[in-house]
Amino acid sequence: MYDFAYHRPKSLADAATVLKGKDEARPMAGGMTLIPTLKQRLARPTDVVDLGGVKELAGIKVEGSNLVIGAMTKHVTVATSADVKRMIPALADLAGMIGDPAVRNRGTIGGSVANSDPAADYPAAVLGLNATITTNTGKHAADSFFKGLFETALGEGELITSISFPKPDKAAYMKFRNPASRYAMVGVFVAKTGNTVRVAVTGAGPAAFRVKAMEDALAKNFTSEAIKDIKIPADGLNSDIHGSAEYRAHLVGVMARRAVDAANK
Amino acid sequence: MTISVAMTVNGKPVSGKVEARTLLVQFLREHLGMTGTHVGCDTSQCGACVVHVDGTSVKSCTMLAVQAEGAKVTTIEGLAASADKLHPMQEAFRDNHALQCGFCTPGMVMSAIDMVKRHNYQLDETTVRHELEGNLCRCTGYHNIVKAILAAAPAMKAAGV
Ligand SMILES: Cc1cc2nc3c(=O)[nH]c(=O)nc-3n(C[C@H](O)[C@H](O)[C@H](O)COP(=O)(O)OP(=O)(O)OC[C@H]3O[C@@H](n4cnc5c(N)ncnc54)[C@H](O)[C@@H]3O)c2cc1C
Ligand code: FES
Ligand code: FES
Repeated sequence: MYDFAYHRPKSLADAATVLKGKDEARPMAGGMTLIPTLKQRLARPTDVVDLGGVKELAGIKVEGSNLVIGAMTKHVTVATSADVKRMIPALADLAGMIGDPAVRNRGTIGGSVANSDPAADYPAAVLGLNATITTNTGKHAADSFFKGLFETALGEGELITSISFPKPDKAAYMKFRNPASRYAMVGVFVAKTGNTVRVAVTGAGPAAFRVKAMEDALAKNFTSEAIKDIKIPADGLNSDIHGSAEYRAHLVGVMARRAVDAANK
Repeated sequence: MTISVAMTVNGKPVSGKVEARTLLVQFLREHLGMTGTHVGCDTSQCGACVVHVDGTSVKSCTMLAVQAEGAKVTTIEGLAASADKLHPMQEAFRDNHALQCGFCTPGMVMSAIDMVKRHNYQLDETTVRHELEGNLCRCTGYHNIVKAILAAAPAMKAAGV
């Protein structure tokens, strides 16, 4: 790891100021992706801005029918929160499936969403639940947030402050884990709110994406039967030592059907 | 960038000068000479480096020493009450032959203690196997580790630790 200057601001305003003044400054949440990246010398920031001391970024609030989760809220907190379990149990389930206990004790929702790892779990929930990402400079709709491989709509020095999830009528997340890393080979988040259904996929493509054909079919008939003949094209999907694009395309169908069944339980 | 850090390790206040990039595990092993905490990978996956920071398990290879400023850190060296009295989890690992080469053991024991406490001393085999996902063992095949943890849970409760 190359050395860097370390900053531990106490407020969001101070964090933004430090980030703004430097060319190659990176925010750090739990460091669960950033530190491994630095160890491999895949990044060389001049400055690391630790958000761990910014108290206003952590915590879960219920605002009407929305669950608002602060960027620095750890996976373990989301997985065990009574508010999350009551409002959106599928989200608590998802958080409990991330990595392992030590990773969940440090990793945060903001870090995961900002990172847009193709195999990360939270992006599926953000997209599937039509969440809104609030930053220190504005708001982003889920549909225009995940741009591609490790690429989001966040601007230079822009910090996620919280993510707001509207409560669905029904939802479920199904994940086929990579048995070694425990990241998603394919994960599908299905949510039904009124007559609208959203189906969001992670792990399969360069970034999380929705499957319109399944959404339309499920809006008419919310059963796994309704999507059993929908095939996902393998073109452009991820292909690596863990599985081919065709294998992942097939898994999307399987995980989507299981998610619909789980949501209906 | 050189920074002063101070924290409590196994109940004793410690301090030192580190670089910003110094990992907590390097601080423990190289600055404090406490080599009980191991490093088994460089991808944050093996769990050999697990210690407790303010009571929860963390991978000390994926945390900067400066992030532990002011924290209470417990390592494998801090578990036994005395030289001839092991922690119930260590005792259970010995009784159940839950280690072979022993490389993964410090992390296994630290993760296991955290697991038992989080589940309020009540565990079943499936839960233990699930919870061990972040700790890799190349020798034992895990069976005896699972047995040891199941045996240690009531022993920890009885001992009040
Ligand atoms: C062994 C292991 C297994 C894992 N398994 C899974 C898994 O199964 N599923 C899964 O989804 N994830 C998995 N992860 C990743 C984990 O979920 C972390 O949450 C994720 O790596 C982000 O880490 P972090 O929150 O600590 O952020 P950091 O590593 O601190 O930051 C990640 C990136 O986001 C930026 N950032 C952080 N916070 C903000 C913010 N508020 N605003 C803007 N940018 C920000 C940072 O600059 C950095 O680029 C795993 C990680 C490990 C080490
Ligand atoms: S050394 Fe920390 S996880 Fe492997
Ligand atoms: S006992 Fe050898 S790695 Fe676990």
